[in-house]
Amino acid sequence: MSEMEIFSLHVNGERRDVTDSWLGESLLDVLRDRLGLVGAKGACEQGECGSCSVVVDGDLVCSCLVMAASAVGQQIVTVEGIAPPDAPSDVQQAFVDAGAVQCGFCTPGLIMAVHDLLDRTPVPSDTEIREELAGNVCRCTGYGRIIDAVQRVAVARVELSS
Amino acid sequence: MLAEHGEATLLAGGTDAMVEINDGHRRPAGPVLAVNRIPDLRSWRHDPASGTVTIGACVTYTELMDPSVAALIPALAEASRTVGSPQIRNAGTLGGNLGTCSPAGDGLPVLAALDATVTLASVRGTRSLPVLDFMVGVKRTAIEPGELITEVTLPVVDGWQGYAKVGVRNAMVIAIASACVVLDRAARTVRVALGSVGPTILRCPEAEADLSERIDWASMAVAAPDLARFATLVSAASRPITDHRSSAEYRRHAVGVLARRLAQRALTVDPAGATR
Ligand SMILES: Cc1cc2nc3c(=O)[nH]c(=O)nc-3n(C[C@H](O)[C@H](O)[C@H](O)COP(=O)(O)OP(=O)(O)OC[C@H]3O[C@@H](n4cnc5c(N)ncnc54)[C@H](O)[C@@H]3O)c2cc1C
Repeated sequence: MSEMEIFSLHVNGERRDVTDSWLGESLLDVLRDRLGLVGAKGACEQGECGSCSVVVDGDLVCSCLVMAASAVGQQIVTVEGIAPPDAPSDVQQAFVDAGAVQCGFCTPGLIMAVHDLLDRTPVPSDTEIREELAGNVCRCTGYGRIIDAVQRVAVARVELSS
Repeated sequence: MLAEHGEATLLAGGTDAMVEINDGHRRPAGPVLAVNRIPDLRSWRHDPASGTVTIGACVTYTELMDPSVAALIPALAEASRTVGSPQIRNAGTLGGNLGTCSPAGDGLPVLAALDATVTLASVRGTRSLPVLDFMVGVKRTAIEPGELITEVTLPVVDGWQGYAKVGVRNAMVIAIASACVVLDRAARTVRVALGSVGPTILRCPEAEADLSERIDWASMAVAAPDLARFATLVSAASRPITDHRSSAEYRRHAVGVLARRLAQRALTVDPAGATR
């Protein structure tokens, strides 16, 4: 094993020291294996499935394609940072209410992607939802209930603001 | 820094580089130089005096989809929108597309059709070369050890331009065939560049010259048979292979159809028109 890299990351508003990483290790592996944040899931490791989605400096990205050491100094938000365990976000609650969770593997990535989508496009069409979530693969639901969940949040947020 | 560490791996958005590292669990041999937060490489500018747009190597596809870019280089914004998913477009950069130099790189046909210039920098100085000379072959470029792509310069062209690709689905797909068509009204020329149908991006000199002559530039009209011949000439200029994504025959056919449909969007087609 090559020499260990020592650096710190800003994750969910906290400084986290990484002491046992190798140069080139992905942010996904560092989050899961070094920092114990297992919300982001690893499946394809090539940016296709989106289950590892996190937000880095405001941008939704696949954490498997971010070299962890290159994210020093950036603000990282994972699904654990979206809401406290006992108070789910509106998107998380809508996924439960709409039955958009089946096996649940893709859910953390989708929660991140849907928050990002609704921040940018508060009232999306179904087509926009499909296009915007093209980077998040779900093999259980067939996406219908996921789209339903997104629309529920969009409607609820509009009602809330009016 | 790059000079001190000649063997350094350059990392921009990581959407190509990290796939390789994850794949082989391959540790980078030497130091890694992450370039994607260097402010100079992250910005783009329009120079009205020279009629050009210069784009830093680390500008992302999401940034290139912005209406401000689309207003100047519509085909580049359009091509950027076809790349991967939001996650990939937020990280992936134009410089990384050039660095990888895949024949399927969606940014590359646009750069080729617009005769873009690539600027490279090293401790030895900077040099600029036409993008068609930069792209040497399948995943092979003219980058020399210690060199960094700093920016790409493109002309702002008066006239319609567009990009289209075919893949197995509508989003998140690598092109089976792609084309960029640019109509330059001032020069009265058509420019066409093709992706995924050759070892690198191909231009189509014959198809370009033929259609340029046959368009009625005053009315922006073309006769249907001339447009059909354009498709045939584009297909003839392709040099596709058969691989796991598609067959050579399909690619040759599809790329002609793509180029014709793009030209059709720009022109009024006279179905009964006699060839000019
Ligand atoms: C899921 C997925 C979907 C994709 N879909 C598409 C698609 O639809 N269309 C498409 O075209 N591509 C696609 N790609 C490929 C990739 O996203 C693009 O090629 C992207 O432009 C690469 O940019 P990057 O900044 O991520 O490059 P990196 O991965 O950081 O680098 C790529 C290569 O270029 C070199 N490099 C990077 N910057 C420079 C520089 N400034 N100077 C010199 N060398 C440099 C690196 O050393 C490396 O060899 C996809 C990738 C993934 C993972």
